[in-house]
Amino acid sequence: MSETNRNGEVWVFAEQEDGKLSDVPLELLGKARELAGTLEVPVSAVLLGTDVGGLSDTLVAHGADKVYLAEHDALAHYQTAGYARALCELIGQHGPQVVLYGATPLGRDLAPMVASRLKCGLTADCTDLQIGDHTDAVSKTEHKNLLFQIRPAFGGNIIATIVNPERWPQMATVREGVMPLPERDDARDGEVVRCEVDLDGATLPLTIEQTHREKKSVNLKAARVIVAGGAGVGSRENFDMLWQLAGLLGGAVAGSRAAVDLGYIDADHQVGQTGTTVRPALYVAVGISGAVQHRAGMEEAARILAVNTDPDADIFKVAHYGIVGDYEDVIPKMIKAIHGGA
Amino acid sequence: MSYHCVVCAKQVPDTKNVTGEAMKEDGTVNRSALPAIFNPEDLHALETALQIRDAHGGSVTVITMGPPTACEILRESLYRGADRGVLVTDRRAAASDTLATSYILACAVRKCAPDIVLCGRQAIDGDTAQVGPQMAEKLDVPLITYVEQWLGIDDKTARARRNVGNGWEVVSCTLPVLVTVNESANTPRPRSAKRMMKYKKARSRGEVEALAKGLLEGDFDNYTAELQAAEVEKYCTALSEKGLLLEQWTLDDIDADLSWCGMSGSPTKVHRIQSVVLSGGQYRQFPATQDGVSELVGELVSEHTIG
Ligand SMILES: Cc1cc2nc3c(=O)[nH]c(=O)nc-3n(C[C@H](O)[C@H](O)[C@H](O)COP(=O)(O)OP(=O)(O)OC[C@H]3O[C@@H](n4cnc5c(N)ncnc54)[C@H](O)[C@@H]3O)c2cc1C
Ligand SMILES: Cc1cc2nc3c(=O)[nH]c(=O)nc-3n(C[C@H](O)[C@H](O)[C@H](O)COP(=O)(O)OP(=O)(O)OC[C@H]3O[C@@H](n4cnc5c(N)ncnc54)[C@H](O)[C@@H]3O)c2cc1C
Repeated sequence: MSETNRNGEVWVFAEQEDGKLSDVPLELLGKARELAGTLEVPVSAVLLGTDVGGLSDTLVAHGADKVYLAEHDALAHYQTAGYARALCELIGQHGPQVVLYGATPLGRDLAPMVASRLKCGLTADCTDLQIGDHTDAVSKTEHKNLLFQIRPAFGGNIIATIVNPERWPQMATVREGVMPLPERDDARDGEVVRCEVDLDGATLPLTIEQTHREKKSVNLKAARVIVAGGAGVGSRENFDMLWQLAGLLGGAVAGSRAAVDLGYIDADHQVGQTGTTVRPALYVAVGISGAVQHRAGMEEAARILAVNTDPDADIFKVAHYGIVGDYEDVIPKMIKAIHGGA
Repeated sequence: MSYHCVVCAKQVPDTKNVTGEAMKEDGTVNRSALPAIFNPEDLHALETALQIRDAHGGSVTVITMGPPTACEILRESLYRGADRGVLVTDRRAAASDTLATSYILACAVRKCAPDIVLCGRQAIDGDTAQVGPQMAEKLDVPLITYVEQWLGIDDKTARARRNVGNGWEVVSCTLPVLVTVNESANTPRPRSAKRMMKYKKARSRGEVEALAKGLLEGDFDNYTAELQAAEVEKYCTALSEKGLLLEQWTLDDIDADLSWCGMSGSPTKVHRIQSVVLSGGQYRQFPATQDGVSELVGELVSEHTIG
């Protein structure tokens, strides 16, 4: 690969496991529609696996114009080698100009392998994508309508906009939960294109001896309201107050890594760089200082309310609303105000 | 059966402790104002390699690509038990993105013909986690990412438990293999005091050149080029005899095709960099009284955020 195919489609890798799609490809389809609208090209999803054709409807309903479907026994369980080979083959045949992957453990395993084989660029962990023009700093060549791949780096201390002007496809992995999930629209039309991939007789290098999946008991990403507590809450018992407030608001409870490490709340409730990325309508941060690794997981919330005794806490710098005070005093007042139907 | 391991380790700025002083006026990060450290997950890759050697025999070579100052992490590796340190350094490698970096490292690794290549999962500055998988593709060896438990090798078959986010899987494969190692895989052993005594004097040729200049101060510059080279050679030979010369390779030494290195080998370009400077003070503050809190709740209801 390498030529810049301006008529190329915008592709989304449709990550699935055991016949279930994860949320990321659907989130990406929403963004892909926007990009493809500007570029005036179709949006396609690439679906690999065995017996996964039934998922095509969902992909179309979320924005795909086409679904490239490749089913093969060698694709039954994810392995880097088989998936990379199939995907490279399809990219070679159809020449998309953009290929997007979820920045999930699977996406971040697969995408670099594909990029290396195609010798094209790959930007990791994007939090935003746009279309824009770029002038090369050295050659002064102007490139129109490139994919701006916007990502935090340096431990979240800088935001870099990366472009890939010449060696296409332009590929990026995109963080989960940062693009809004488009509404399902069953009236949308789409075409399913069945593809043959040459995997017959391919021996996959790994033997998968054992697999274990944990059921996620909490789905923070789906919560409209999140009440999150940090080290400042002081104990697991004190978290009860947050559970009560969340219950009243129909929301979920989350914690900072410090709260998790201190045992106030279980690890699957952690928000941040090494936890879940959330974008609820309201994020209430209680006794959380606002470290960069925490903010990475919540600053996209539509509204942030911070409650903290320290007026200089960094969390106030990303907050829309703030109360400087002791949460043990403030939270009961909030509960009372909600009860009072304020 | 003994195994040869190569660990790829990167020297990184300590991004967890970025302070105001580390930000330049144009909003970019002043790397020199940050302490340079051993990329945290690479220490876990090194520990895995040392455990393999301790169990089966063989060797552990650590390769780092970077400026001469990256020798610091090679010495650190020797203190902890590595057998050999290699610095890949070349101005033509500057501005490499992950594709070019993985190409260069793969060329260097190939020269060592290892049974097992170990990387950290991710470096804390670039934060991409791409170099490991891309190297596996370049070397055409199987890839096992996110190793959280190394389960051992039995007659050229390696087994490991990998963390896949929502659970784990145990996989095995025939060597050679490239693995990327998570922080949770093990506890890196501390430096050995004895090895520190020995290896704190280990130097690369580049460091010897700088040192020779420093030692002889102004005099060195007055030496002819041949004399300078002879002086450096003398130090290097002395170090080498004591097993204290850190190997230093250029792109020519590893037979790298220059068109795949540095700027020309890097398809990604930086269009713009912005520092994340928090604006601050722009939120609406409500007093911690019942009236204040009720007003806030009323506001959230009226804008349909809650209720
Ligand atoms: C702000 C910023 C954003 C960037 N974004 C991208 C991007 O999106 N895409 C892209 O292709 N490049 C990007 N780069 C370039 C990239 O950081 C460099 O190519 C870097 O050399 C390797 O990437 P990494 O730090 O992400 O390493 P990772 O891929 O995270 O490193 C994984 C492992 O590979 C090994 N390793 C990596 N580098 C070395 C080394 N020099 N020596 C020895 N072992 C090593 C280590 O074992 C390490 O743990 C970016 C750079 C900056 C400064
Ligand atoms: C590689 C890496 C990854 C990380 N990943 C994450 C991550 O995913 N998520 C995450 O959250 N962190 C993460 N961290 C940790 C992060 O750096 C911080 O240490 C952590 O977020 C701090 O948690 P905290 O705000 O709860 O605690 P602290 O920083 O201790 O803050 C407690 C706050 O509570 C306030 N307070 C105290 N008493 C009260 C009271 N009575 N009422 C109101 N306020 C009160 C204090 O003023 C203070 O601001 C990571 C760190 C690293 C190095």
